[in-house]
Amino acid sequence: MATEPLHALLEQAFPDATELDVVDRTGGGDHFQVTVASTRFEGLSLVDQHRLVYDALAEPLADGSIHELRIKTKGTT
Amino acid sequence: MTPLRDQISEIIETEPVTLFMKGTPSFVACGNSQRALSALRAAGAPVTAVDILPDPRFRQELSSISGWPTIPQVFVKGELVGGADIVEELAANGELERKLTDALGEDYRDQRDERVVALQAA
Repeated sequence: MATEPLHALLEQAFPDATELDVVDRTGGGDHFQVTVASTRFEGLSLVDQHRLVYDALAEPLADGSIHELRIKTKGTT
Repeated sequence: MTPLRDQISEIIETEPVTLFMKGTPSFVACGNSQRALSALRAAGAPVTAVDILPDPRFRQELSSISGWPTIPQVFVKGELVGGADIVEELAANGELERKLTDALGEDYRDQRDERVVALQAA
């Protein structure tokens, strides 16, 4: 899949994001690196931060469109 | 035979450090499993590895227990620490060693032999 639908899903989940990036790591449309900076992450453990990203991308993860997902989360402060 | 779900839960609860991975430490079948294994080794963690590849139900059951959709998954004393990205990040900033010391004691490196536990399909 292209990066745009993933970008849109993340924008929906993190409307306040100050940084939001989706990279197709291999060009094959199934290995992605996402970076999100949002106030929603503040005060959360890394596990809970990544869970929010997994929740946002639950559908493409479940249907196999995403084979590999690398996640980098940040607060905004 | 013990139900699969109970086998997985028991490993998570009883092993000091569990790495659910694709392949085994001597034959790693995925780059992300390798990243997690390398980070754990660098921290001197006593790794118990579980290969989820032999049966697709292993991964389904694990993710249903942990609520974590991807592999690898690392647990310390029953607590989900994260996947490859988190374990690498914690290893790089020293928090992984701190977490292991808190959970397992100062001498956790002395228990560092790696072992592999196999799940039994029903």
